[in-house]
Amino acid sequence: MIPTIYFLILSAVLFVMGTVGFLIKKDLITQFMCVEVMLNAANIAFVAFAASTSSFDGQIIVFFIITVAAAEAAVGLAIILLVYKQKKTIKSEDSSLMKG
Amino acid sequence: MREIFWLIPFVPALSTLILAVFGEKLPKKYISFQACGAVFISFLISVYSFIGLLKISPEQYPVVKNLFSWIHSGNFQANLSFQLDPLSAVMAMVVTAVGFLIHVYSIGYMAEDRSYSRFFTLMNLFTFSMLLLVMASNIVLMFVGWEGVGFCSYMLIGFWFEKHSAANAGKKAFIVNRIGDAGFLLGILFIIVYIGSTEFVTINNAVAGGSLSSGLITLIAILLFVGATGKSAQIPLYVWLPDAMEGPTPVSALIHAATMVTAGVYMVARMNVFYTMSETAGFIVAIIGAITAVYAGTMALTQNDIKRVLAYSTISQIGYMFIGCGVGAYAAGIFHLYTHAFFKSLLFLAAGSVMHALSGELDMRKMGGLKKYMPYTYPTFLIGAIAIAGVPFLSGFFSKDAILTAAFAKGQYVVWALGILGAVLTAFYMFRLIFMTFHGKERINPEVKKHIHESPPVMTIPLSILAFFSVIAGYIGLPVVLGKNVNWFNNFLKPLMHPVHEAHLRLGTEWLLILISVVMALSGIFIAYWFYLKKPDVPHKLVSRFPFLYKLLYNKYYVDEAYDKIFVKPAIKGSELVYRKFDLNVIDGAVNGTASGTGFFGKVLSYFQTGLIKDYTLIFLLGAVILLGLLIF
Amino acid sequence: MAVFLFALLSITCIGSILGMILFKNQAYCALFLILAFVCTGGLFGLMNAPFIAVVQIIIYAGAIMVLFIFVIMMIDIRRGLTPEKKKWILYPSLGIGLILIIELIFVLNRALGSSGTQVSEAVGSPKILGKILFTKYLYPFEITSVLIMAALVGAIVLIKDKDKT
Repeated sequence: MIPTIYFLILSAVLFVMGTVGFLIKKDLITQFMCVEVMLNAANIAFVAFAASTSSFDGQIIVFFIITVAAAEAAVGLAIILLVYKQKKTIKSEDSSLMKG
Repeated sequence: MREIFWLIPFVPALSTLILAVFGEKLPKKYISFQACGAVFISFLISVYSFIGLLKISPEQYPVVKNLFSWIHSGNFQANLSFQLDPLSAVMAMVVTAVGFLIHVYSIGYMAEDRSYSRFFTLMNLFTFSMLLLVMASNIVLMFVGWEGVGFCSYMLIGFWFEKHSAANAGKKAFIVNRIGDAGFLLGILFIIVYIGSTEFVTINNAVAGGSLSSGLITLIAILLFVGATGKSAQIPLYVWLPDAMEGPTPVSALIHAATMVTAGVYMVARMNVFYTMSETAGFIVAIIGAITAVYAGTMALTQNDIKRVLAYSTISQIGYMFIGCGVGAYAAGIFHLYTHAFFKSLLFLAAGSVMHALSGELDMRKMGGLKKYMPYTYPTFLIGAIAIAGVPFLSGFFSKDAILTAAFAKGQYVVWALGILGAVLTAFYMFRLIFMTFHGKERINPEVKKHIHESPPVMTIPLSILAFFSVIAGYIGLPVVLGKNVNWFNNFLKPLMHPVHEAHLRLGTEWLLILISVVMALSGIFIAYWFYLKKPDVPHKLVSRFPFLYKLLYNKYYVDEAYDKIFVKPAIKGSELVYRKFDLNVIDGAVNGTASGTGFFGKVLSYFQTGLIKDYTLIFLLGAVILLGLLIF
Repeated sequence: MAVFLFALLSITCIGSILGMILFKNQAYCALFLILAFVCTGGLFGLMNAPFIAVVQIIIYAGAIMVLFIFVIMMIDIRRGLTPEKKKWILYPSLGIGLILIIELIFVLNRALGSSGTQVSEAVGSPKILGKILFTKYLYPFEITSVLIMAALVGAIVLIKDKDKT
């Protein structure tokens, strides 16, 4: 079968790509999508470990992570909508009230 | 005997505390009563302890009372403990007796002063420190008392601090004293390192037992003596004592005649084992004492200020005490200390009485013929002068003679000769003073003459008491010529002293020496009589014949100016330089620099706070990467 | 055969994420992301987790991405699109990313060391997962449902117009 290390390498690559994407992108929506990518990479890692130790706890955790990610996405998107309503833009550079 | 001798210092201490806190609000009469009463109670306790000491055998000396362990650090221990032995008993009685009389005198002298309570507070504090010094059983506690009397001296010399000269004199006294104390402290440190204990009993046993090398003993002895020269105003640290006359006269009498300046002599006598075991140190002490005796005597010849003459006389007489200690006759040195306390304080108080009568006039050139105006002061002053000159049958004769005989017996002929010369000078300048002040033509300012009056009894009674003691005090130490065991004082103090090889002279030599010193004293008196009564123009002729010599003596050999140039001005310049270069730039720079540096860093760091989540995330990641890296590697 | 499948799925996944990062149009990004999620679902299937694979596709690709697309629709993209400016953050983030990959591989390798390196035969069927979920992980299950309700209420409260009652 497939060695587990391949899945882990894939997970690491996906995670880093998600991070770099988050740093590079300028609009809020795409940045949020990159956060979902990071979560996904973590899911892959969990399932890979669960498979290699033949315990199912990893899969249960993935179940919960997906659930929570859904809830978080709902609330996060609501906030992004509100920001858009206020500032009429979704450029992340415009939300810098914490400057200084 | 109940062991209450440790109370001797604490009664004045309690009085000081009460006066310091409440003094301003208490009525004058009460302050006088309490201050003098405290010293009197101490005197009674010292007499009681002295009597108790007479009853026990010498093997039990000293009686030590340890109150509590004050410092205990590793091997080093210093306790608050007092000891009673002949030396401390004698000193305590002298300090409290003379102190009491001077306190009573001050009631009259300082009656109109507005800082009455401060004066008595300081006088009591001084008495406490001095008693601490003489009754301490270890050298560290003695040093505490030593510093205490130095401090009180500073406060009392500069008592009228609004006067610049008084404030400066106080400063000078303290600083010069401090220089001596540096040597003293070094001596104490050497003792602690090489002997390991600070108690006198232990130190004496250790040194007598021969556990230190002779070079070390000499070094410690010399260092301790440096402290003594500062406190007791010997060469080279005597310059503060003449200026100290700026203080009130009772202060001069108590501190600068009877007690504080004798602390150095006490210290040498206490540490006598060092000076006996080291020939060099003993010789240095004796020779410095002798030179100072003559040197100060020459300066007293030309002074016109009545108190200055007495100040130089004090320096000179303390020189004699050191001669006694230096040649191994410690009992003789202490004997002279004891008699000197009486007649010198008498002389100072009487001079104060004269000043009081003449509304503060100090210059002898403006006095004269006061004999008939001051029927109580004049006889007492005269008795004091006769005593100090060494005329037979008064106390000064016995003590001075004991010292000079011991010097001659030890073979120190130079010291003896200087001592004899000093005796002539002493007689001469004291009687010059008497004749200029009380006899001859009246040169008094007419304004002052209107208010001339004898002093009140509160001032003249102490004078009379002191005069009485100046006469009889010497009889407890009669010279050996009159019998084997007549010198009671010497025998009393002998158990304390490390055994000295006592040289004995033939009876004939001793009588010859006595005769020489008596002749010298009387000739000094006669020369003064000739100069100032018979032919008053002789002094002026001498001055015009030897103007340079006169100028040198009058200006105190220009020593003050020399010290100022060599030590004081460079020190002031140096400290100013350090202030400018180091204190302002480095220390203030460091402090201000820290503040401005922090501000600078704050500004730099605020560049990182852009308010954008992206940048914050970048920094998170950076931190996480570094942490992971550390964990892996 | 399995390795070939794995290679196909992972390359597609990585490629679509790359595309998501490089494209400016948010709608294209969302579509790429859906593709990535579907591939991930396939990968889960390869790892003997059929239940999770299906859940992934239903919830992640189905529900969450639809939410995203709704929001993208509601936002005026033309005004949202940003003019191109030189990005100073590109190079540092790439550098950090590279280092992070290496470190993560190290860590994961070490974490894997003790257990087996082969994917085992046991299959995570819904029956087995359900059994564990409702016995051992009952509390997290219930609390997660409360969490979802909180998110629901929160989202509604946030969006609700303040003027209307």
